[in-house]
Amino acid sequence: MKFFTNWHAVHKEKMHNMKRLISFVKKEFHHVLRDPKTLMILFGLPIVQIMIFGFALTNEVKNSKIVVLDQSKDASALQLLNKIEASRYFEIEKSVTSRDEMEEAFKEGKIKMAIVIPDQFQHDLLHDNKATIQIISDATDPNTANMLNTYVNSIINDFQSSLMQGTNIPYRIIPEIKMLYNPQLKGVHNFVPGVMALVLMLVCVMMTAIAIVREKETGTMEILLVSPFQPLMVIVAKTIPYLILSLVNVTMILALSVLVLDLPINGSLGLLFAVSTLFIITCLSLGMFISVKTQTQQAAMLISLVGMLLPTLLFSGFMFPIENMPLPLQIVSNIVPAKWYYIMIKSIMIKGLGFMYIWKPILILSGITLFFIVVSIKNFKIRLA
Amino acid sequence: MINMKELVIETRNLSKRFGDFIAVDNISFEVNKGEIFGFLGANGAGKTTAMRMLCGLSIPSSGDAMIAGFDVYKETESIKKNIGYMSQKFSLYENLTVEENIQFFGGIYGLSNSDIKEKGRALIQKLGLESESRKLVGSLPLGWKQKLSFSVAVIHEPKIVFLDEPTGGVDPLTRRQFWDLIYEAADRGVTIFVTTHYMDEAEYCNRICIMVDGKIGAMGAPDFLKKKFRASSMDEVFYELARGAQRKDA
Repeated sequence: MKFFTNWHAVHKEKMHNMKRLISFVKKEFHHVLRDPKTLMILFGLPIVQIMIFGFALTNEVKNSKIVVLDQSKDASALQLLNKIEASRYFEIEKSVTSRDEMEEAFKEGKIKMAIVIPDQFQHDLLHDNKATIQIISDATDPNTANMLNTYVNSIINDFQSSLMQGTNIPYRIIPEIKMLYNPQLKGVHNFVPGVMALVLMLVCVMMTAIAIVREKETGTMEILLVSPFQPLMVIVAKTIPYLILSLVNVTMILALSVLVLDLPINGSLGLLFAVSTLFIITCLSLGMFISVKTQTQQAAMLISLVGMLLPTLLFSGFMFPIENMPLPLQIVSNIVPAKWYYIMIKSIMIKGLGFMYIWKPILILSGITLFFIVVSIKNFKIRLA
Repeated sequence: MINMKELVIETRNLSKRFGDFIAVDNISFEVNKGEIFGFLGANGAGKTTAMRMLCGLSIPSSGDAMIAGFDVYKETESIKKNIGYMSQKFSLYENLTVEENIQFFGGIYGLSNSDIKEKGRALIQKLGLESESRKLVGSLPLGWKQKLSFSVAVIHEPKIVFLDEPTGGVDPLTRRQFWDLIYEAADRGVTIFVTTHYMDEAEYCNRICIMVDGKIGAMGAPDFLKKKFRASSMDEVFYELARGAQRKDA
């Protein structure tokens, strides 16, 4: 009988705790949904970032303007130029008649490249089996210049092989190049996973840290700590709304990527969401940690921005390839959670890989999460003493 | 009147040290059920630290204290179920409405939905906030916020309510109305533990305790203290004691 009443009391207490948690989460949603600034960061930011990275900041080169100095004016030259013009990479701005004119166009910065076809082009090609054309690039931006060179080279090769149809030349190596996972070399494949990592990092870490510290600042935290609500539950309850809202965010980013940016999701959607949930929890635990350590909203924001955003940008591999960094920095990159998330998202979304290929990053992220949760709880208790 | 003998706060040699600094130094006192007990002192005299220990927010360095019959070291969870608290800083959520604040705090104090509804309605009616109940608390004047804050702190009928300088920054008339609420709660049997540095408020208390440098400088009913220090007002009593503190510092 005593056991029963005891059980009953424990059960009742559990119900009470559940009810408290629900009231708390409800209240937290009110806070978020009523604050236009929070909403802007929460939902405006991802949309803007996806759009900017998807459309504006691509490293693909399209419709580069070029000029042509065609001294031969023969059929072969025309054929080649038509081929170049037809590709979506180049747009022939004009045909010039002298080198001076060409140089002027470069100086004005209007063009990225010039193609000079010498006199007797067709003659050389057909009779000497060897013709030269000159390709001059504006290399102030070396990456673009390199890329354009590659494009024009492949067009010329293409042209060449069409000329050779029917003739048999021994000992020819034809490299068959295949770009795996991203055959069109689209920039979005790289950016979308990066933006996801960045946005979740920003939203979860900064927003939770600020939300918890705000209660300290306004004095409501004291009331909560004096109430029968368990201190640890205060923190848990504060993070739940952000977990839900972040999942909404992930859904939104994925929908935008698929519908607007034509990005395929090759792997399992369930695994994608599972991995995202794990990363969100990692970020929330980081936010918790920051909030336990700081007393003002400004401090929380500053630490989140400098301590989280910057390493995420630098070390996730999304902006700068980690393989190219000096060894010490490569080692540092291992403790940046976004790096592991980025790897997993790319594996799942772009490569379509399954759990077997990403269990290692999952394990590492879980470890980081556990570490921050334990440290936060420990510090939170010390603060109460 | 029989109830007056029931002790709800008992402390014996309670101390709190932060390193070398002794914030609260060996204080012992008792508070009866339904009493309005004022805790006075200059800034830094140890009022807030003492109160935080009694609420279970801070663990004492030494000494004993029983709150509502529970030990401050071992039974803080039980203490929390029996007290209300209103801090110096305004302690409701500004971007929730009056109703939502009541619902939230009722919820975390563990009241049932029907209780919250009923008590919430009574509370709003008593404060005359019917037309404001759906407005954000941030839009209310400070005096109303504080009255609401107090009413929310006692919505779960705690045995003791701790008020940490509850009337900072409001005009005397609002302060008077605030004290009407306090008296009403005390009549219902709620024990009031209030810190303040307004001397007119000290006069409203049944008994006061004046803290000087972490110790109890004087304790008793306002009239008793005035007689003891041959002072005409609490102000004079307080200055007499505060001068003592300065001498000790020098």
